[in-house]
Amino acid sequence: MGNKEINAILATDCGSTTTKAILIEKKNGEYRLVVRGEAPTTVEAPFEDVTKGVLNAIREVEELADKEILAGEKIITPRVGERKGVDLYISTSSAGGGLQMMVAGVVKTMTAESAARAALGAGAIVMETIASNDGRLTYEKIELIRKLRPDMILLSGGIDGGTVKHVVELAEIIGAADPKPRFGTGYNLPVIYAGNKDAQDSIKENLEKKTDLSIVDNLRPLLEMENLEPARREIHDLFMEHVMAHAPGYKKLMNWTKVPIMPTPGAVGLLIKTIAENEKIQVIGVDIGGATTDIFSVFQKIFNRTVSANLGMSYSISNVLVEAGVENIMRWVPFKVDRKYLRNMIKNKMIRPTTIPQTLKGLQLEQAIAREALRLAFVQHKSMAVGLKGIQQERTISDAFSQSATGASLVDMMHLDLVVGSGGALSHAPRRNQAAFMVIDGFLPEGVTRLAVDSIFMMPQLGVLSTVNEKAATEVFDKDCLIRLGTCIAPVGNGKEGRPCVTVSLEDKKIEVNYRDMVLIPLSVGEKKEVIITPTKSFDVGAGKGKQLKTLVDGGIVGLIIDARGRPFELPEDNSKRIELLTRWNNALAIYPEKM
Amino acid sequence: MAHAYTPGLKVTANSIVKKERRLPIKGKVLVKVGDEVTASNIVATTSLPGNVEPLNLAGKLGVPPSDIREYLVKTEGDSLEEGEIIAKTRGLFGLFKTVIKSPIKGTLENISDITGQLILRAPPKKVEIDAYIDGKVVEVIENEGVVIETVATFVQGIFGIGGEAKGVIKKIASSPDDVISTDMIKKEHEGKILIGGSFVDSNTLKQAAKYGVSGIVVGGIDDQDLRNFLGYDIGVAITGSEDIGVTLVITEGFGKMNMAERTFELLCAQDGKKASINGATQIRAGVLRPEIVIPLPGEKPEEIEQESKGLEIGYPIRVIREPHFGAMGKVSELPPELQQIETEAKVRILGVELEDGSKIALPRANVEMIEE
Repeated sequence: MGNKEINAILATDCGSTTTKAILIEKKNGEYRLVVRGEAPTTVEAPFEDVTKGVLNAIREVEELADKEILAGEKIITPRVGERKGVDLYISTSSAGGGLQMMVAGVVKTMTAESAARAALGAGAIVMETIASNDGRLTYEKIELIRKLRPDMILLSGGIDGGTVKHVVELAEIIGAADPKPRFGTGYNLPVIYAGNKDAQDSIKENLEKKTDLSIVDNLRPLLEMENLEPARREIHDLFMEHVMAHAPGYKKLMNWTKVPIMPTPGAVGLLIKTIAENEKIQVIGVDIGGATTDIFSVFQKIFNRTVSANLGMSYSISNVLVEAGVENIMRWVPFKVDRKYLRNMIKNKMIRPTTIPQTLKGLQLEQAIAREALRLAFVQHKSMAVGLKGIQQERTISDAFSQSATGASLVDMMHLDLVVGSGGALSHAPRRNQAAFMVIDGFLPEGVTRLAVDSIFMMPQLGVLSTVNEKAATEVFDKDCLIRLGTCIAPVGNGKEGRPCVTVSLEDKKIEVNYRDMVLIPLSVGEKKEVIITPTKSFDVGAGKGKQLKTLVDGGIVGLIIDARGRPFELPEDNSKRIELLTRWNNALAIYPEKM
Repeated sequence: MAHAYTPGLKVTANSIVKKERRLPIKGKVLVKVGDEVTASNIVATTSLPGNVEPLNLAGKLGVPPSDIREYLVKTEGDSLEEGEIIAKTRGLFGLFKTVIKSPIKGTLENISDITGQLILRAPPKKVEIDAYIDGKVVEVIENEGVVIETVATFVQGIFGIGGEAKGVIKKIASSPDDVISTDMIKKEHEGKILIGGSFVDSNTLKQAAKYGVSGIVVGGIDDQDLRNFLGYDIGVAITGSEDIGVTLVITEGFGKMNMAERTFELLCAQDGKKASINGATQIRAGVLRPEIVIPLPGEKPEEIEQESKGLEIGYPIRVIREPHFGAMGKVSELPPELQQIETEAKVRILGVELEDGSKIALPRANVEMIEE
């Protein structure tokens, strides 16, 4: 597709509750967002046709942009003059619960984990991981597979040329369970085999008649090597062919676009990967939704994605309470709160998920819960974004002292350059300072880290756009999507409250910050300043304990945040002390209106 | 969004209620269009494939997987009785034979030369579905199920636990703000659906389960009590499969909350009538709410279901978030422009005239329409 003739792009994202449409146009040689429209998603009864919601969202775009894009129920392509039609239409989708997969592998911490990484990276929710050594008895595995109704199964196991027995056993188990797909009984469940190539014939024998089997290259051909791309590509293809084709209205939607419809998180992941590659940086992206929280990261050029299927701010809000515990939520609340009240408030949000906090206290409670959802999702991400386990490592003397095991997390907060937040709780926080503070508390960045949010959650559309027109995706992402919040400086270490922690020199200013204090220094969007950061001897900002760091920091809507609360970060157990500190930090960062 | 509002729960005195009764997999429908059925009549039946029992034959015989066929006396597709011989070794001079017997009744489904494993399958399990409500069969979904229709009082709750149950309506609260206590639950309430007021606690629920009460309908419950009763916290609102002895339907929300006057009156008016109740709730995708259906045989429907058009001035609404949670009123104003609320968020709001005559402004997202 030549980029020359593409002047108007329409992109939609069919989410589980809302379908969002954006219109991008090339003006003065540059692609920019023109308008955004939205409408409720129409996958469920009584509509059961996703295209109805898409058309409604497009109609809102037509009204807002004062253009004609639809001719009846057809998108006009290519563009005719300035006011009619678009040159390209693309879409992503997570409607109908997204892509739900089950993965199976021989060894839980090796092939099964690699299979889970492949599925997550492709944008799936992993409902269950089954492994030969997962401790379940065979009949329990069969029961489990029968009960789940996944959209797809990814089966792997064994290195190429290794033993075939265990992976064939898994195929027999899947065959015996005879699993049925989620959308109806009119077709066979897609199963992807990405294991030992020597077992391919036996796998066919077991599964070819009962399932829609496809075979791709082994995702773990050697113990020391992961090859996830062929499996991920097959997942995307099958998502289109099977899952989407059976979801209500998708056949029609697929005919409207020449570019394959991508699962929403798969598209966001692509965009995060592109940022990391283009800027040569380590990035974390997070999307905190109503039902799920997705985390994406690129460290040492390795991309990882996890989805915490039951951590969210509306449908899943009660599960945040279950997993975090009341105490962990209450610790972020800057006033005394009754436990019974908090529990009832959370359940009331769960049963009426579309309500919004109307009082400041209500907002503060929801933001306390968001911090815990982010923290828990990040814990899960760190445990999944790991190096390969069970392989031999060459160790130097210094490695031997540090005793790092195989399978250590790739997530390294000190070397993290950028965190991008999105999803309602972050994108729609009344003050951007609140979004910045939630990201800091949820992820606890170390050293020097830039912070940003997706202005109106258009990363999914830009992700799929990047596959066909990278220039347009990059320009819109940079100018209209990404809102730069600023930079956070967080020394690692702990000290005594009130004692010096770090000094930041910026131009002719010298800002001294004591341990357990937070300071906000104005630094506008687009400003890039050199700073000299001098931590005291127990603290490290990236150059070593007590060592000075000279670096460039970016400004943003919030500014430069100095977080001298220490790492690891802990809040005092004493309630009045805790409330006093939270209030002090909130005031320092102008988080809430002054009347608080 | 042009139509940002929350459609309300259905509370109707006398309307047509249709219930689809569908088998989990295809099977046989036992009734035909026009048949009158009662709630406990079986309307469709099917067989689910039996459980699978793997048997590691190579391991038990101590032979390589590729050799197991030599020892099998049964082959794929053969039916098996429990204790019937599946495989045996020849032994030494007829002695020291190893005999492998089938641990279950069923069929031999699969033999693997690679893993040395046999897959045995138990006989199919019978699944039956009943009509759930008294009514008439108005549609047969071929091989899958039926649609039952009746004229009924129909009340949706906001949250529930426990599955389908049937019973006779029994009013135990004298007003919508009455708290249901342990001493109000009596032995003679066995099999009844009890209509309460504003609140029920875990001890009262335990008492109801002990006496075999079919269902309880009440305004609110504390989350902590729900946890005490269930023994665990509900993380995601997908309920209905709890095995707790009593079905609970909450009409308003969590905390002590007076049952809406109209809901209370409608339910109490049907005291002594046979009803069906279901606590199953699923908030995400599809929005399944708990319900009470009280069929009114012989009556004609008075209310014709109308599609919600969205909020309009004069429409009755209920506030569904603090402050003013639970308050009822009428829409008095619908300003189109965004307005800043206390949190500093800019949102679409609406003016409401509360029942006491006072006027307040609220985010549109925080009210629900009362559907009559």
